[in-house]
Amino acid sequence: MAGSHSNIESSSGLMGWIDARFPASKMWREHLAEYYAPKNFNFWYFFGSLALLVLVIQILTGIFLTMNYKPDAQLAFASVEYIMRDVNWGWLIRYMHSTGASAFFIVVYLHMFRGLMYGSYKKPRELIWIFGMLIYLALMAEAFFGYLLPWGQMSYWGAQVIVNLFAAIPFVGEDLALWIRGDFVIADATLNRFFAFHVIAVPLVLLGLVVAHILALHEVGSNNPDGVEIKKLKDEKGIPLDGIAFHPYYSVKDIVGVAVFLIFFAAVIFFAPEMGGYFLEHANFEPANPLKTPEHIAPVWYFTPFYAILRAVPSIAGSAFPGVAAMGAAVVILFFLPWLDRNPVKSIRYRGWQFKVALTIFVVVFVLLGWLGMQPSTPMKTLIAQICTVLYFLFFLLMPIYTKMEQNKPVPERVTS
Amino acid sequence: MRKFLLAMLAAALPSLTMAAGGGVALEQFRGDLHDQASLQRGAKLFVNYCLSCHSAAYMRYNRMGADLGLSDDQVRDNLLLATDKVGDTMTIAMPVKEAKRWFGNPPPDLSVIARARGADWLYTYFKTFYVDSKRPFGVNNVVFPEVGMPHVLWELEGLKQPIYRTVTEHGESKQVLSGYRMVSKGSMSADEYDQAATDLTNFLVYMAEPIALKRQSMGIWVLLFLTIFAVIAYLLKKEYWRDIH
Repeated sequence: MAGSHSNIESSSGLMGWIDARFPASKMWREHLAEYYAPKNFNFWYFFGSLALLVLVIQILTGIFLTMNYKPDAQLAFASVEYIMRDVNWGWLIRYMHSTGASAFFIVVYLHMFRGLMYGSYKKPRELIWIFGMLIYLALMAEAFFGYLLPWGQMSYWGAQVIVNLFAAIPFVGEDLALWIRGDFVIADATLNRFFAFHVIAVPLVLLGLVVAHILALHEVGSNNPDGVEIKKLKDEKGIPLDGIAFHPYYSVKDIVGVAVFLIFFAAVIFFAPEMGGYFLEHANFEPANPLKTPEHIAPVWYFTPFYAILRAVPSIAGSAFPGVAAMGAAVVILFFLPWLDRNPVKSIRYRGWQFKVALTIFVVVFVLLGWLGMQPSTPMKTLIAQICTVLYFLFFLLMPIYTKMEQNKPVPERVTS
Repeated sequence: MRKFLLAMLAAALPSLTMAAGGGVALEQFRGDLHDQASLQRGAKLFVNYCLSCHSAAYMRYNRMGADLGLSDDQVRDNLLLATDKVGDTMTIAMPVKEAKRWFGNPPPDLSVIARARGADWLYTYFKTFYVDSKRPFGVNNVVFPEVGMPHVLWELEGLKQPIYRTVTEHGESKQVLSGYRMVSKGSMSADEYDQAATDLTNFLVYMAEPIALKRQSMGIWVLLFLTIFAVIAYLLKKEYWRDIH
């Protein structure tokens, strides 16, 4: 490897030979050794690198699962149990993958929350946010397709419910749902295509988007808990005064984050792989049965906030479309965040009380919706879900107003430590 | 900020409760997965009483033998009834079509039933068969009402009649189950039958996830390694960051 601090292009030896043909040393410098990140990253800045780690875990374990999994309605359920029992270390690979799915969403939700707190979506980082949102969308698609593959009761009926959402779209809905399923119900054809999407199509898109997300980040530079642009003040060599090289400073720091994350990750895998039915649902240990609808169908926890919004919106003239539209809007509205927030100050540390209150309410509402989405509906719970849905959307829709009223505190020139 | 983290984590962490079946309070299963004698007794009950109608098509006899401390010969002599190869899985010869005619529904495969139903449910299920002349096999079950299965363990437990008590709740009177009266004695005492139900449930829990016997003891080493790794990684980070102010 090239020396971490070398400013000189290798001109001799193997690296020299490669560098004359491929920008290996150049890329190493631009993205690691001479990528200057603010020195004041706190706890919340671990989750980006952790998301990358989980992505790698999912891809690697996924490759090995694919070697023994059979995407066939007659064989799928049994092949998963074959992996759990007869494949050497198959149980570990499978638990890593199933725990990884939930871990991915935990890490990504915390990563997005960090962005909200410190205004990481604001100019000039709007595209980083957009790419990130596209990653989030792709991740939801990936999780949804993957969840059908074990071919248990929840896999089957969960997919049935979600695909039926498309059927609620006026005029084209029924045909669209039929086109997605490839059959009149979720069936072998559906399983085959979901498998193709889960192992090839969506991962490719996901990888491309992650590269775009990181390239955009490295173009404009990282935000930080103070929301100060470190590129404004540079030393005589052009290095930001508050910047430190990503490698070695943040590479060694992120290893600590990785180690701590893996402790939690391994604790789940070895001691509670089902996580009390939240990571692996009990009903999914029953093979898919098209003739037997489970008593209570709930999506996996990471989708439940949006599922709660779907159920909270009453249907109009017998059509569930308003709920479907609201659920879609709840995700899409996040894309507009950079333009909804009118306060030029990025970090919550120097913003007025309005945004702090709004963000607190938003987080409470999001968690509450997540819980409600797991519960069977009752009139009381539906009412709470409706109030939460309204508050969820008000966070965004009123944002242009309340972010303009904020009394900001003075933002420092340099980052604080 | 820490409060936000806790709130987000709280959403991800489970409350360790399981849904009760049929709205009935479940009895608590008190078995121990590492009690090998209990698992062996459970295996024997399973093979003798369950494995003629129910399959366990993902469970291999020799894997079970290895996990339960039995040699292939011991498995062959005591537990191998439906096949002659110890490497086989626990399949049955009953045709699905016939089974459907006899029981209304084909008896489900039991390989992972404990993960679908939960140990408490299974334990309660084994203990709550009662005489009901309206049912085709003369018995019904509290946690699985209208169950199509006969009480195959009746010769061990005996048969019991439910005793109902009328209670008034919110101004409505209704019948609730208050206990049982034995109408024919089985070969086991009540305590012995409780133990048999525990052993059988214990075996089903094992069968649903054979690696559960080992993964926790492995996990301790993994966590130990990761903890040491985390400490070293932290010290490395501290060393590198000494010159950052």
